[in-house]
Amino acid sequence: MSNGYDLSASQFSPEGRVFQVEYAAKAVERSGTSIGLRGGDGVVLAVEKLVNSPLFENDSGRRIFTVDTNIGMAVAGLTADGYALADIARQEAANHRQQFGSPITVNHMCERISAYMHAYTLFGSARPFGVSITLGGWDEIFGAQLFKIEPSGKSFGYFACASGKGEQQAKTEMEKYKFVDMPLENLVQSAGRIIQLAHNEAKDKGFCFEMGLVGKDTAGLHCINPEPWLSLAVQAGLEALHEEDEDSDD
Amino acid sequence: MFNNGIVQPLWYNGPSPGQFYNFPGYANNGNMKQCHETNNSDSTRSTAMITTGSSVLGIKFDQGVLIAADTLVSYGSLSRFQNIDRIFKINDNIIMGGGGDFADIQSIMRSIDQKMIEDQCYADNIAMRPKALATWMTRVLYNRRSRMNPLFIDVVIGGIDENNEPYLANVDLRGRAFSDYVVSTGFARHLALPLVREKKPADRDFTLEEASELIRQCMEVLYYRDTKNSSQYTVGVCKVKDSTSNQCDVEGPFQVDEKWSFAKMVKGY
Repeated sequence: MSNGYDLSASQFSPEGRVFQVEYAAKAVERSGTSIGLRGGDGVVLAVEKLVNSPLFENDSGRRIFTVDTNIGMAVAGLTADGYALADIARQEAANHRQQFGSPITVNHMCERISAYMHAYTLFGSARPFGVSITLGGWDEIFGAQLFKIEPSGKSFGYFACASGKGEQQAKTEMEKYKFVDMPLENLVQSAGRIIQLAHNEAKDKGFCFEMGLVGKDTAGLHCINPEPWLSLAVQAGLEALHEEDEDSDD
Repeated sequence: MFNNGIVQPLWYNGPSPGQFYNFPGYANNGNMKQCHETNNSDSTRSTAMITTGSSVLGIKFDQGVLIAADTLVSYGSLSRFQNIDRIFKINDNIIMGGGGDFADIQSIMRSIDQKMIEDQCYADNIAMRPKALATWMTRVLYNRRSRMNPLFIDVVIGGIDENNEPYLANVDLRGRAFSDYVVSTGFARHLALPLVREKKPADRDFTLEEASELIRQCMEVLYYRDTKNSSQYTVGVCKVKDSTSNQCDVEGPFQVDEKWSFAKMVKGY
């Protein structure tokens, strides 16, 4: 099908597709699910960390990063690419603060990262980033903001978004709710539910739940795995699992 | 001009057209040239202070540290900016008072603020401690002075270190660091330091009340005797609240209780 037009990102196919970018998206589809939910007064980012081995430490293989005091970033896809982009994001935030004396807004950060990721889709000498970045932030003026950036550099603002293996499952679950005015506790519980339901136990044995949270209740600071919300989310996930078991028993 | 078909220069060892020329026998003339060149070796930059903050005084007590400075930034002998906070809260464990060239203080504060954000990005719930910051400042200032491009500052860094121990240090523009129960910069070094050392009990630390009273007294003395001090000052407090948290704020502005009634006793008043 691709017939030689997929060897570098600098080539179009006759149908007008850039295959390398599409292959990068496939790398995202292979990774553990990551979701973002935007509520009334905060944003929750949650990740299904697929655990290949009980030898791993609990908090390693981190896929959620703090990129500025009030902005968090979740990564789906090649995690190493995600690390590099987290560093770029942090530099952008720092530069903005140094130049303009005030913190970068989430939409500006999104534009800068999109432009950066897009630049890598233009040349044959580099490959595109194999990650989908979910950016979540909160501030006094704009409130809660959620953006997702795809490997092509395309980005959208979302009320709720998902990427990775369980993307379809997660989206189905998300469409049932209206997150826009949801208080933080319910948002966190929904995140726990959605990740649990998007997880495919048959294919991937066991996962570790990781969560990033920023909102009015965290004083505008992005926190990773903060209590008591982490417990709420994990609990909600377990309850969802039991419901599912009960349904399948009937 | 032409010799064997090759163009010869019109003169040797003289000025090149379009370039700044260093006249022989004069060192480091043509300062404009040095502005544009990269400075790896000797260069004379202006190391004069322009807008300056005066003294800063830090006192350690049993539960924490107090750092006080007046709210004046002078422009030579002009009291130009009279309401400037020179005490900064760095994070929940650290406060810092800045004296010396204020532009350099602002510059280092930008770097420190960014450092604290990076600290937060590590997401390990560990905030930097004062000794770490003081060590970092020392290295930065020493390296700058070694390259003949100093940050003209004299800072007092204090706070709560690991094991809830109070920490107080003074780092100056040459990268000299010094930690003690009382540190100061500028005129306070001459006027306030002996005052505090005299009042120090031999067998124990100061209490908060004693330290506060000393700050009040020293600020008064500094106002009377240091011409570059004003009567308004702020005080940074960093003290242990309980085993896991500190109370770290900048309080003020306070006013020196000026007593000028003795002026009538001075001949010629």
